[in-house]
Amino acid sequence: MNRETHNGPTDETQARGTPYSGDPSRGEGARPEPLDKLPLDAWHRARGARMVPFAGYEMPVQYEGIIAEHLWTRENAGLFDVSHMGQLLVHGRGVDSALEGLMPADFQAAADMKPKYSLLLDQEGGILDDLMATRRGDDFYVVVNGATKHGDIAYMERLLPEGVIVDHMKEQALLALQGPRAAEVLEQIVPGTSDLAFMEAGPFHWNGRALWISRSGYTGEDGFEISVPAIVAAELADAIAANPLVKPIGLGARDSLRLEAGLPLYGHDLDDRTTPVMAGLTFAINKRRRVDGGFPGAMRILAELENGPIEKRVGFDIDGRQPVREGALVLDGEGNEVGKVTSGGFSPSLQRPIAMGYVATALAEPGTALKLEQRGKLFDARVAQMPFVPHRYYRKGAAA
Amino acid sequence: MSVYFTKEHEWVRVDGDTATVGISDHAQEQLGDIVFAEVPETGKRLTKGQEAAVVESVKAASDVYSPVSGEVLDGNSKVADDPSIVNSDPEGEGWFFKLKLDNPSELDGLMDENAYREWVKTL
Repeated sequence: MNRETHNGPTDETQARGTPYSGDPSRGEGARPEPLDKLPLDAWHRARGARMVPFAGYEMPVQYEGIIAEHLWTRENAGLFDVSHMGQLLVHGRGVDSALEGLMPADFQAAADMKPKYSLLLDQEGGILDDLMATRRGDDFYVVVNGATKHGDIAYMERLLPEGVIVDHMKEQALLALQGPRAAEVLEQIVPGTSDLAFMEAGPFHWNGRALWISRSGYTGEDGFEISVPAIVAAELADAIAANPLVKPIGLGARDSLRLEAGLPLYGHDLDDRTTPVMAGLTFAINKRRRVDGGFPGAMRILAELENGPIEKRVGFDIDGRQPVREGALVLDGEGNEVGKVTSGGFSPSLQRPIAMGYVATALAEPGTALKLEQRGKLFDARVAQMPFVPHRYYRKGAAA
Repeated sequence: MSVYFTKEHEWVRVDGDTATVGISDHAQEQLGDIVFAEVPETGKRLTKGQEAAVVESVKAASDVYSPVSGEVLDGNSKVADDPSIVNSDPEGEGWFFKLKLDNPSELDGLMDENAYREWVKTL
């Protein structure tokens, strides 16, 4: 037996030292760097995690099994350690307008403690990273991807004006509690958190320690992301996991959950060859920024908004049972290559293969019949509406 | 009846000139939740080392090689219908295919069960 293809953030090509595709600054043949340990390393191992190299860390890919962990998160509450992600505090005079020089979000109008999804762009409008940025008074708290964080910091420091500082909060761990029972679990430990609505954040206290908690996540479920001092992260994880509604969840299920939710993964579904318009992330560019521009690659991105991009990120429903994974080609009825699969796998909730990728805009309408080619084999597929599994975010005043 | 193993984690159980092939418990454990299996058709001729079947977990796709040469007598439709059998009973009900051995001496280079279990511990 030989293992051929892997996909997603647990890609074992990374275990062999192949550079993470989301980090273009490390070229082919880069030497694998020694792996760091997460603050919760021992905590994961004590719970039977299988650890794999990811983003420069040893990280838990699974505990009892990806499908069981995935379904548990959809039905109860899953605890994820995402401490590999970069937590930054950007501060200094005019930080909001300074950040607008790097990203297309409207930071000047950003309300306090309301996280905004945004994109770090290169000068051609290509995506260098996707991130969440939250105004905290005079500062911005920014959470970026683990594999790209060092490149992001260097890029931001190079382009931000003098006097605007990027602090890497290395002493903070980051936990995510996700699932329909997450709010009742966290409310018992950190009272007041259940009052947050989706995409609201705030400071909280636990055992005399400061926490920063936002109601957000990467699974499509209701849930929270919790920034906690690394020295007490294991204690907090213990307190949360003591509730029988909670199980620890690995990176494997994190990937299958976000794929079902139609959420792109940087380095796979987003990279410096894709723009926010190609990726279908135009909600991240508000009216004022569309009029004023002033972000990297604005000419190209505003033209794409006006005329449409040449290709678009879409979902695929696939006939049969066999997963079609990253790297498969998308073909039209005549066998012409019209796109590529950027993420794909088996959906535990739907019990069938699903995928995400890019196709020529003319073929991006949901329902369009296409073929996918993987290892010489053709699969019948149709462009699918995303998310594959409906989001269940907690929105105040909303009936659902 | 004897069981042999390969370094690629296939097992082959030999009964007369009939060989049954599957993947080891260690292999299913490493793969994790298996969601797809494709087995060869009856009558197909396989040579030793040839790709004979496909097994996919949530995260990975793998080929199963034929540890010996011969003609396929049967592919296990049960694992194609319910691939999770490969997780629950990899060295029993989760077999992939049976074939008629061309050359029993091909078994000589394979590990016996003890040698395989000991070797896996070193991985």
